Amino acid sequence: MARITAGLTTSHIPAIGAAIDNGKAAEPYWQPVFAGYEWSKQWIAREKPDVVILVYNDHASAFDMKIIPTFAIGCADRFGICDEGWGPRPVPDVEGHADLAWHIAQSLILDEFDMTIINEMDVDHGLTVPLSLLFGQPEAWPVKVIPLAVNVVTYPPPSGNRCWLLGEAIARAVESFPEDLNVQVWGTGGMSHQLQGPRAGLINPEWDNRFLDLMSEDDGEALRAISHIEYLRETGSEGIEMVMWLIMRGALGRKVRPLHRHYHVPASNTAVGHLVLEPAA
Amino acid sequence: MSTDIHTYLAEFDDIPGTRVYTAKRARKGYWMNQFAMSLMKAENRERWKVDERAYLDEWPMTEEQRQAILDRDYNRMLDLGANIYFLAKVFSTDGLSFVQAVSTMTGMSVDEYQAMMLAGGRSPEGVRSIKEKR
Repeated sequence: MARITAGLTTSHIPAIGAAIDNGKAAEPYWQPVFAGYEWSKQWIAREKPDVVILVYNDHASAFDMKIIPTFAIGCADRFGICDEGWGPRPVPDVEGHADLAWHIAQSLILDEFDMTIINEMDVDHGLTVPLSLLFGQPEAWPVKVIPLAVNVVTYPPPSGNRCWLLGEAIARAVESFPEDLNVQVWGTGGMSHQLQGPRAGLINPEWDNRFLDLMSEDDGEALRAISHIEYLRETGSEGIEMVMWLIMRGALGRKVRPLHRHYHVPASNTAVGHLVLEPAA
Repeated sequence: MSTDIHTYLAEFDDIPGTRVYTAKRARKGYWMNQFAMSLMKAENRERWKVDERAYLDEWPMTEEQRQAILDRDYNRMLDLGANIYFLAKVFSTDGLSFVQAVSTMTGMSVDEYQAMMLAGGRSPEGVRSIKEKR
């Protein structure tokens, strides 16, 4: 049987990808950002997951204003790397797991989550920066990836509670897949940041760290109750991405064991947050 | 969280210096955003660089929207319905980073903005709510 063995959250700031691609990771500005991922790189090299369900948001790359899916799952065998305006990142294409992805998509729909199914898609920094942070610069990614794209751009995005419930449904779907697979769920984006208007540059370390505490604790009731307006006021207009972390957290179940935590300000305009959690019986 | 869309949306106007990308803005700025998306193709970027004005004239935008884009007035573009992730294609084509482009919306120079970020960013104190002054 397939099983979810761990969950991970990380920011997916595009400048981090550019720092890796341009060989700047050792510079004093970037060093503290990457230092917080050293433990996780060693951990994942030992864990060797077969598949990562990677929750992220598309930043006006694969989806323009024509179609705005709230929850979309990538069911293809392969996903290309998109050109976000400065040429595609020099990273390998992303290999999917179509069997598991279709199984999850069908299961979720029967479970009353009306997913959008994607058969062709290029992925942007939201998906590739987390892979780079965990796996560095390999010839090919050492894991298959099921992209799960969430609309957090056009309002309203899904509620945090809905994201949590989707995570629970993903866990049920994974558990009913007959093949023996080691599956991780990653929730990406955040933490506090605002990229627009005169309030741009907002960072709220106190709120972010409370959120990291809540993510690492059992239960999740307080997390699920955070409203969109609270994310907006406290963490900036782009802090709303943190609802995606709740999909991962819901998938791990009520009890979790925190394995690793990292927080750093700034990377570009953003507070970097990273957690590694495992489900606890 | 409110499930009444009127209550839900009304709260967004209370956040200082922030334009939440609501349906109203998305509808108004539809073609600005679709224009920006077109710059994901290298051949379109080339045509755009040769004659920005002519390129913009191909899109059914208002003159005000075209002018805001030509002026690279990002706050104005947001007011007219553009979204920052779409506009990222415009400033990336200009060779600007997020920090460089975003700083232009804050009334600070790039250096001042960078210094603020290095010092821990903008505090949420006083910019959470207009009504509640907190």
